[in-house]
Amino acid sequence: MDILIVLIPLALVIGVLWLGVFVWSIKSNQYDDLEGAARRILIDDDPLPPPSNKH
Amino acid sequence: MAEPALSTGAGAGDPAVTTANDDFTGRFSPFAQAQDDGLQHLAMAVEGVNCAACIQKIESALAREPEIRQARVNFSTKRLNLAWQGDAARADSYARIVTGLGYRVQPFEAARALSTAEQESRFLLLCMAVAGFASGNIMLLSFALWSTSMADMGVMTRDLMHWISGLIAIPTVIFSGRPFFRSALAVLKNGRTNMDVPISVGVILTTVMSLLQTLWKEEHAYFDSVVMLIFFLLIGRYLDHRARASARSAASDLLALMAGTANVQQEDGSFKPVPIRDLREGMIIQVAMGERIPADALVQQGRSSLDTSLVTGESLPQPIGVGDMALSGMLNLDAPLRLQVARAADNSLLADIVRLMEKAEQAQSRYVRLADKVARLYTPVVHFLALLTFLGWTLGAGMNWQPALMIAVAVLIITCPCAIGLAVPVVQVLATSHLMKRGVMVKTGDAFERLATIDTLLCDKTGSLTLGHPELLRAESYAADDLQLAASLAAHSRHPLAKAMGRAYTGTLLPLEVTEHPGQGLSAQLNGQTVRLGSRSWCGQADAPASAELELWLARDGLTRDGVTPVRFALGDQLRPDAAEVVAALRQRGIAIELLSGDRAEVVADVAARLGIEKWQGGMKPADKYARLAELHAQGRKVGMLGDGLNDAPVLAGADVSISPATAIDMAQNAADIVFMGDKLSPLLTALATARMSQKLVWENIMLSVIYNVVTVPLAMAGFVTPLVAALAMSGSSILVIANSFRLKQVR
Repeated sequence: MDILIVLIPLALVIGVLWLGVFVWSIKSNQYDDLEGAARRILIDDDPLPPPSNKH
Repeated sequence: MAEPALSTGAGAGDPAVTTANDDFTGRFSPFAQAQDDGLQHLAMAVEGVNCAACIQKIESALAREPEIRQARVNFSTKRLNLAWQGDAARADSYARIVTGLGYRVQPFEAARALSTAEQESRFLLLCMAVAGFASGNIMLLSFALWSTSMADMGVMTRDLMHWISGLIAIPTVIFSGRPFFRSALAVLKNGRTNMDVPISVGVILTTVMSLLQTLWKEEHAYFDSVVMLIFFLLIGRYLDHRARASARSAASDLLALMAGTANVQQEDGSFKPVPIRDLREGMIIQVAMGERIPADALVQQGRSSLDTSLVTGESLPQPIGVGDMALSGMLNLDAPLRLQVARAADNSLLADIVRLMEKAEQAQSRYVRLADKVARLYTPVVHFLALLTFLGWTLGAGMNWQPALMIAVAVLIITCPCAIGLAVPVVQVLATSHLMKRGVMVKTGDAFERLATIDTLLCDKTGSLTLGHPELLRAESYAADDLQLAASLAAHSRHPLAKAMGRAYTGTLLPLEVTEHPGQGLSAQLNGQTVRLGSRSWCGQADAPASAELELWLARDGLTRDGVTPVRFALGDQLRPDAAEVVAALRQRGIAIELLSGDRAEVVADVAARLGIEKWQGGMKPADKYARLAELHAQGRKVGMLGDGLNDAPVLAGADVSISPATAIDMAQNAADIVFMGDKLSPLLTALATARMSQKLVWENIMLSVIYNVVTVPLAMAGFVTPLVAALAMSGSSILVIANSFRLKQVR
């Protein structure tokens, strides 16, 4: 049973880390525009690279 | 009719919205705010944003400006947030950039950038995250408790597990329970009750009892059940909140229309922008082409035509001249006008509509949602049973108060309305996504409850039963070169008839130098001869036989004498292709239909006859429509409204349930509960079928929860419930309710 002394705190630490990441994502406005986020994946980040003649 | 026209593909929006006369000087800069970061901030409402390409177009165009630090479109709220370095006056040029891309913009009060609804949604999400974290970790420990016997584990280990669970659970209950505690306190203060009252009482009692059990080194701690309950309920609460948040912005968007500025003549004769709300009777204002009339005013100088579709629903542009009255919200099409303000802005038609809408929304907020009705019955019964259990065991069976209280708390936990809390939101979320795939957006979850019960449907004509914009009739009967020439001329005007002409021809256009003659038509030189497109008198056909249809004439001046008569193009607003069938199908489902239109009576009569609608009225003002709604409500009817214009907005806000096409002005869409896409009316039937099915499922879910209670409550009262039984029963009933809700997929 001694292993519990390690495992329970470990589980809690991992859980708290997860919670921290989630709280950070809320605070940095990532849930304010869910519809927009769903559509923004369709937008290219960079303009298209110049056409290459390699083929 | 929508401004700008909505289209689904990339590059949506209507380039014709921009005209050289758009003058934004001073219209946006007063709304810019300097904030602590040293940047100017401004929020604008953007009309016509409907796809990813729109977001990219606007953001990348603004990002090319060197001073811009932030330009972000919020797609959910259709708002553009800007931050830039330097002068507030730049706001006007940024607005011009966005308008240049084909989107109509309105300034927005930036002070309330993060509205209370958004804060609430964020708060619920945070509470849910914490509850999710806690329930996962406590469950980890609880599984160990449930799966081993006391002999294997030992009392010390069990108590350690309880202590750790408690240390996670108690802060979680205090933190994540707040949405329920607050709401329960608020209704208790008013001497009423809702579902949050039994939830709060149950949660607090269970937590306290579990803590006492841990302190006394006893066996039954319910920390896992409490946290799981809060987590499940918060999921339902968050989904519900998201669905309803969008509906709240209706009135604020309307007021944004009044937040602009108007050009007012100063004492020295020059014109200066003044906020619309400061307009006073007698002021002289100048309204450029393509601008809306800011306040009800008399024309002093100039001759133009007005697009009144927003205000009266009339599809044909109205000519206007000196001495005529222009109402606020109408769009000036042809030429600049100079007007004298007849009524201050807060007395104008627009302000009347705002007031009507506020009144209508208040009336509607009296609607009691089904879940709350159930809660009113549920709460006293549950608390009475728990009290009875406690008294029964202590007084009746002579038990000590601690174990008796434990049994009473078990009754509260078992009855805690997890399944009932999920019964309504799960069905609503499923029904919403079901309809979303079929081109119907439902903005408020309880719209289903209200839609399922309507017995009368009021319809607007233009844009609702009809497509809302004129189209060329019998397009195949014209010669190809006539069509090409007419479309080439029409491309240079934003008159609705010219736009219809442009839509009817898809080939290449001739390069022409076109002059627009306000109120008459267009002219150009082609191969040394003058070609004209416009009214019958403009093309020399003033005495041609009269017709009820809208028309455009095309004349080639050099050729008229050679016996080639000008070509007449007939245009008309067409009914939606399946309007007649849908009207018949709705009637078959027991819904009475009435047609209320601001258009001329003879046009309305014709449409009513073709659709088989017996009750119709033409020439109705917004207040008349609202009066008819109030009359029907007084007769106890459940009224739905189908409409798309500013003139329908009060009725849309006040009706039991309201429906708009996606081509409606944003304001009407905001006021509506349901928005459907496409040219067809049949989504209305799908929505009705889904609503009726979802109501059936909600009732079934509530019955399932009741049956579950009938089975488990006696067990709990008899003292047979342990933490394991409670956790199993709670998740079992929730899963049953969710599984039943999925039967919604059967609706075609």
